[in-house]
Amino acid sequence: MASIQIDDKSIDFQPGQSIIQAASNAGVYIPHLCYHPEFTAHGSCRVCMVEVNGRQVSACTTEAQDGMQISHMSDDLQQTRKQVLEMLFAEGNHVCPSCEKSGACTLQSVAEYCGMLTAEFTFQYPQREIDASHEDFILDKNRCINCELCVRASRDIDGKSVFAIAGRGGQAQLIVNAVDGQLGSTDFSVQDRAASVCPVGSILPKHYGFVTPIGQRSFDLKPIEQQQVSGHEG
Amino acid sequence: MKGKIKIATTSLAGCFGCHMSILDIDERLIDLVDIVEFNRSPLTDIKHASQCDIGIIEGAVANSENVEVLREFRRECKTLVAIGACALNGGVPAMRNHYSLTECIKESYLDGIGLDNPMVPNDPDLPKLLDKVHPVQEVVKIDYFLPGCPPPADMIWKMLTDLLAGREPVFTPQQIYYD
Amino acid sequence: MGKPDDIQQSEKQTEAIRFIQHTSDHSLLLQCLIKIQEAYLHIPADTVELLQQQLGLSYADINVVVEFYSFLSFEKSGDYQILISNNITDQFLGNQTLFKKLNSRLADVNVSIEYTSCTGLCDQGPAILVNGWAINRVDDERIEHIAELIEQRLPVDQWPSHFFEKEDNILRRDIQLSVECQPGAAIKTAIQQGREQSLETLEAAGLKGRGGAGFSTASKWRFCAQTEAGQRYVVCNADEGEPGTFKDRVLLNQYAHDVFEGMTVCAAVIGATRGLVYLRGEYRYLLPQLQQVLQQRRDDGLLGAHILGEDLAFDIDIHLGAGAYICGEESALIESLEGKRGIPRIRPPFPVVSGYLGQPTVVNNVESFWSVSRIMLLGADWFAGVGTDASKGTRLLSISGDCRDPGIYEFPFGVTVTEILAACGGEQTQAIQMAGAAGTTVLARDFERRMCHEDLATGGSFMVIGRQRNLLDMLANFSNFFTHESCGFCTPCRVGTQLIDDIICCFKQGQGSTSELQQLNDIAKLMQQNSFCGLGSSAPTAFLNALQQSPELFSAHGPLDDNPQFDLTAAVAEYEQLVATLSGDLR
Repeated sequence: MASIQIDDKSIDFQPGQSIIQAASNAGVYIPHLCYHPEFTAHGSCRVCMVEVNGRQVSACTTEAQDGMQISHMSDDLQQTRKQVLEMLFAEGNHVCPSCEKSGACTLQSVAEYCGMLTAEFTFQYPQREIDASHEDFILDKNRCINCELCVRASRDIDGKSVFAIAGRGGQAQLIVNAVDGQLGSTDFSVQDRAASVCPVGSILPKHYGFVTPIGQRSFDLKPIEQQQVSGHEG
Repeated sequence: MKGKIKIATTSLAGCFGCHMSILDIDERLIDLVDIVEFNRSPLTDIKHASQCDIGIIEGAVANSENVEVLREFRRECKTLVAIGACALNGGVPAMRNHYSLTECIKESYLDGIGLDNPMVPNDPDLPKLLDKVHPVQEVVKIDYFLPGCPPPADMIWKMLTDLLAGREPVFTPQQIYYD
Repeated sequence: MGKPDDIQQSEKQTEAIRFIQHTSDHSLLLQCLIKIQEAYLHIPADTVELLQQQLGLSYADINVVVEFYSFLSFEKSGDYQILISNNITDQFLGNQTLFKKLNSRLADVNVSIEYTSCTGLCDQGPAILVNGWAINRVDDERIEHIAELIEQRLPVDQWPSHFFEKEDNILRRDIQLSVECQPGAAIKTAIQQGREQSLETLEAAGLKGRGGAGFSTASKWRFCAQTEAGQRYVVCNADEGEPGTFKDRVLLNQYAHDVFEGMTVCAAVIGATRGLVYLRGEYRYLLPQLQQVLQQRRDDGLLGAHILGEDLAFDIDIHLGAGAYICGEESALIESLEGKRGIPRIRPPFPVVSGYLGQPTVVNNVESFWSVSRIMLLGADWFAGVGTDASKGTRLLSISGDCRDPGIYEFPFGVTVTEILAACGGEQTQAIQMAGAAGTTVLARDFERRMCHEDLATGGSFMVIGRQRNLLDMLANFSNFFTHESCGFCTPCRVGTQLIDDIICCFKQGQGSTSELQQLNDIAKLMQQNSFCGLGSSAPTAFLNALQQSPELFSAHGPLDDNPQFDLTAAVAEYEQLVATLSGDLR
């Protein structure tokens, strides 16, 4: 069977698998945000960087090749990941202490895993909309990290294409498929896969909050490196 | 007292929650007092920091007084540690950055519901509000950061003991919290 | 959609609507939107509804495309929309003064005046686009004339033709520009030689892609030809967006036959029946004449079902871009050709395996196809006889900036910067910018470096920076450009471009600190290593060059402090103003 070497560990893989899929199957956690095993690889967050032949590549978009030597936990890579995460924190409005998603937030958990203490880049404090028009959900764009998981879930699984990214560069942001721009005017519903896929607190259910106390939430109970490997991905 | 490490602490635009967390290091404080001396701090009532080894800053920078105090700490402290979400990223105080200062002032003092005798306070002794709230590192250089709202007492303890022992503070992912 | 009479009926608008009503292919969305924008100067809501019906698309599908391209807009910004080209060379030629003058002269008319990325008229700037039509050398006299025409409310397509005349400025001819090609001759050779022999000719010639990446053209074609497929495509990248590049404009203006000839040779070699030219929106004015050339080639049997009477079928369409630098990246270009936002694709698969509509596609630069037409005629030895070991032949440089004779220069690879400067009359030069905003800054002390893939690779842009200039102004121009042009897909480029822009602005105002300098370095390196596509990884080059070669730029206002230069006076100004006015009112 074909195998790759990640740091000191030899890992078998099926032809066609990406590095992150192979690693995940073997229980090796590579930090990631926009990758999700249910959806096609995206490659946009740039957190899952690993080093192959002296070059940094994203593990989600790079196919595993027999004999590949992959460096994963080097200081350089952790530094790279930390800087990318710092950029995401500086770009949006992420106020963990007041966020319902805290403790169950992939962005937060990945950043903690990567040892990020703070974002030293200049905070942008963008003006972004909170859309509470939907009966069952709040769409808080302050926390959106443009991972497009909801875009993919709604398009590929729900067959609805409720979400999309509009604009360019720093203006690129999540929109919904409605002329008035309101989530309440779309056919988005509780049953949608897109309703439960958001890794941050952008798509939040209404009517209840803080039911699970801080300290007993998903990543408090089971660390991300155990949750986000094969078979455990939420 | 000679030879003791001098520590100063202050809260800028914060809620003193981080200071409560400092107190939460509990009986270890007693060990600490043997080797450190508190300079300017809510614990001592000393008004100005002077020639300290370590300065601990809680809270964001929201007004002119915050800027002055922060600059004083930078000038007087060899090592400056920022603690808590507000100091690190503006936290709750920075939520006003989504509005203009004019909107905030009007809402607070003129147009808000239930205001009696609405007027904008203009006493010259009042600190002047900044147009935007800033994390501390946008105003002075910060040497170390401790996240959390507040940072857990154990994390503060580890930071202090590492610094006192001349070690570079390093935290495991399990010790890091942003909330 | 509303009643037909809801839509204002000018001739152009009727034509645009008719075009949409006869379109059902959603890959033509962008082309439809460009027609609507041209006719209405914005995208009216009822045309969006019509597009949804005709193309079977959702509102969001259309919204995201409109929001992506600079030249499309839901809002009508004015009856006349003026865009001022904002390359650094336009700045050298006074485009900021031009901005002010236009604003004051046209203050009373319904006109919008904004900056846009380099329009490819750097050798005859400052340049503007009026409702999409390019005008060069905008001096005081032209401003006055333009203002009068606008005040008379004359439609731009009725303005005197001299406004729209462009100069080719070909100032140095080497082996390629001194050859005239007979239309059809290269195709004939290719047919005679057959596929394999033609590929060997190109291989022996050593032709590498002229867009800048420098991939072997023969290999690219071979990969494409080897991929099993029902259909293959030939795409000509005429999205000449790299600031300071304009040689493709000149080739398309003067040598369109040869470019189409090269595309047809490619079609014969790879077995494609359809070709597409992706023409940048800024070169919209070239469209009618290019279509004329295509028609003539059809009439002459050089395009169509039986080219030269042989069993060779091929035809070419032209698609327009709408103001997006990223679409010069080949996979983003293909997305744009398919009518979508220009977001780069995950590679592999490369376009030669899965390109336009998922089929194997060769994407080559205008100049590459043009060179093919010559190599097929004159042979590999003729071409490979000049240049260096790894960079054969000659290439066209677009030279602009602080030199006596800006224009198009053909040089053999291996030429030194000094030799180039001598040819174009660059004196008192402090630096040159090779390969555009994404390229390399070469300081005077390194002017013996050579233009070639082994040393200074280039997509053809060569900007001369005189001693009188401040390189920080150039960096600020570039950081602004990349902030505007990043597609926003990946984190390092989306956020990094904004942060770099802020930091450069800070240093320009003399307010940088050591931490900003460190951050600039960190961000630039991160983008270089870690971005999703070539735009993000090449965007920080000039900043890294500056940090390494000219660190003094960042401490021009004195040694850097470790503390940020926080401006307390400015930060409390709003408060003081408020207290003065609001508490005053109450007394």
